[in-house]
Amino acid sequence: MSALNTIKAIAKRELFAYFDSPVAYVFLVIFLLLAGVFTFTFGGFFERGEASLASFFGWLPWLFLFLVPAVGMRMWAEERRSGTIELLLTLPIAPWEAIIGKFLASWIFLGIAMALTFPIWVTVNLLGVPDNGVIVAGYVGSMLLAGAYLAIASMTSAMTRNQVVSFIVAVVLCLALILVGFVPITDLLARYASPANVERVAAFGVLTHFDGFQKGILDSRNVLFFLSIMTFALFVTAVLVRNRRKN
Amino acid sequence: MIKVDHVTKTFGPKRAVDDLSFAVERGEVLGFLGPNGAGKSTTMRMITGFIPVDAGGVSVCGFDIAAQPIDARRRIGYLPESAPTYTDMSVNSFLGWAAEMRGLSGDAKKKAVHRAIELCSLGSVVYQSIDTLSKGFRHRTCLAQAILHDPEVLIMDEPTDGLDPNQKHEIRSLIRRMSPNKAIIFSTHILEEVEAVCTRAIIIDRGRMVANGTPSELKAKSDRAGAVLVMVRGAASQAVTDTLGRVPGVARAELVATEQDCTTVRAYPQQGSMNGALAAVITKGLSATGWAIDGLQTEEGRLDDVFRLLTRPDTPATVAKS
Ligand SMILES: Nc1ncnc2c1ncn2[C@@H]1O[C@H](COP(=O)(O)OP(=O)(O)OP(=O)(O)O)[C@@H](O)[C@H]1O
Ligand SMILES: [Mg+2]
Repeated sequence: MSALNTIKAIAKRELFAYFDSPVAYVFLVIFLLLAGVFTFTFGGFFERGEASLASFFGWLPWLFLFLVPAVGMRMWAEERRSGTIELLLTLPIAPWEAIIGKFLASWIFLGIAMALTFPIWVTVNLLGVPDNGVIVAGYVGSMLLAGAYLAIASMTSAMTRNQVVSFIVAVVLCLALILVGFVPITDLLARYASPANVERVAAFGVLTHFDGFQKGILDSRNVLFFLSIMTFALFVTAVLVRNRRKN
Repeated sequence: MIKVDHVTKTFGPKRAVDDLSFAVERGEVLGFLGPNGAGKSTTMRMITGFIPVDAGGVSVCGFDIAAQPIDARRRIGYLPESAPTYTDMSVNSFLGWAAEMRGLSGDAKKKAVHRAIELCSLGSVVYQSIDTLSKGFRHRTCLAQAILHDPEVLIMDEPTDGLDPNQKHEIRSLIRRMSPNKAIIFSTHILEEVEAVCTRAIIIDRGRMVANGTPSELKAKSDRAGAVLVMVRGAASQAVTDTLGRVPGVARAELVATEQDCTTVRAYPQQGSMNGALAAVITKGLSATGWAIDGLQTEEGRLDDVFRLLTRPDTPATVAKS
């Protein structure tokens, strides 16, 4: 069977598994609630006096910090806990097909969550005349950011059979990727290190790269940054799945 | 079709499988026996490629499981020990998914799922969610997944575990029915099962093979094999035991039971001398006594005894191959 069909069958099963459990709906509701609260209250959506989704996208890296690891934590941990990994990995498929299939399912799920934020977009279009190109770039960047976090969650999920451990480690790693580029932190670092070094470290920060999308710029370097995180983390996932098939 | 060649697996300091070699051909049903922790499941996991071997090699239908894992696995049906399934799915969608993963689609998929449901008697729970099934049904759902694609090689880790007596019987006859054109390995702790369905059995202990032969060959290893139960009426039990003990060819006689005036004594043959002919000798030996002989019964030996004899904790695990 072709790799594409395998990936499709795995992704379909995973996606249905999300919606078969109430967790998915709870997740969606929490995500949409928080997105609304952050955008309209903390984000100062109305106070800004401009028609944009800046307040929404500005909070997204922090919102994703918890929600994406929550979506990704069961990916491999659950498979190991329930023993179904023995079934999955003795089927005539390559492990990477399962890794991609599972990753895609979770990514699609996050895509659905993002799509459900359309009322915010409708609101801003009713209230003013936003630059919808900037908004589209923001959504593209958000999906790439979600993908990067998700790949990290996939990696930590493959490390353990315990979903909670997987969640916590993923949050810590994602937080690290935020903090290295977070202005208060870079300012702090600047006191001890040369500006060149601070910049080098900040280059690994997701905020630095997410910024461009928020401004409506689709810079291939930023796209490449997120794609490399995904590739790297999924590659590590493959190594972990290979080496920790049992025990 | 299955070749296990000097396979070894170590977990930390513990050697779970130690230099194990055997082969299974089409038409054979191999019973895999051994005490808890002997290494049965570990061996099966290495055959299916779930865990890699430390040393040695495994090939299935000519494909090396490490070098050509996908070609090998295509030909394998595997029922893991805990019979894992995706419990959030219904029986039907789980089997449908398994069929898709085996490259089946459309009519072929429907047919395969239908056939597996029939063979494993899952008809009454097709649309039920797996997590609401009883243990036996869950087990059978996982078994259905293993035979779905009519594999040439079937590997089952305790397939009858947790099934009721009727279902045990069903699964045994299913295995027998499938056996002519497959190579089958299954592990079990139920020794009657081995006699009922296996063409050959392997006993492993602490990772090493301690016996490999047909069920009757294994039974012959029992010290009771070829022993004769003698039932005599109207004689003192001590006299019967003593007399039997003196019959040429009898190693020793042991009192089994006395019931009213009927005495039952077991006579063991001298090592390797009798070959099942002890009953005739005893008939002759007792003819002079004039006792009423109620019955004579040559024993086959029991797998139970052989199993215990070969896997006692104090026996040095030795390789005994017949
Ligand atoms: N992942 C693992 N890590 C460490 N030790 C293991 C692992 N898997 C198995 N073992 C050890 O290897 C030995 C063989 O285990 P295995 O599961 O193969 O036994 P078994 O013959 O299937 O026993 P049972 O009849 O109880 O199913 C045991 O001592 C077990 O503790
Ligand atoms: Mg076992």
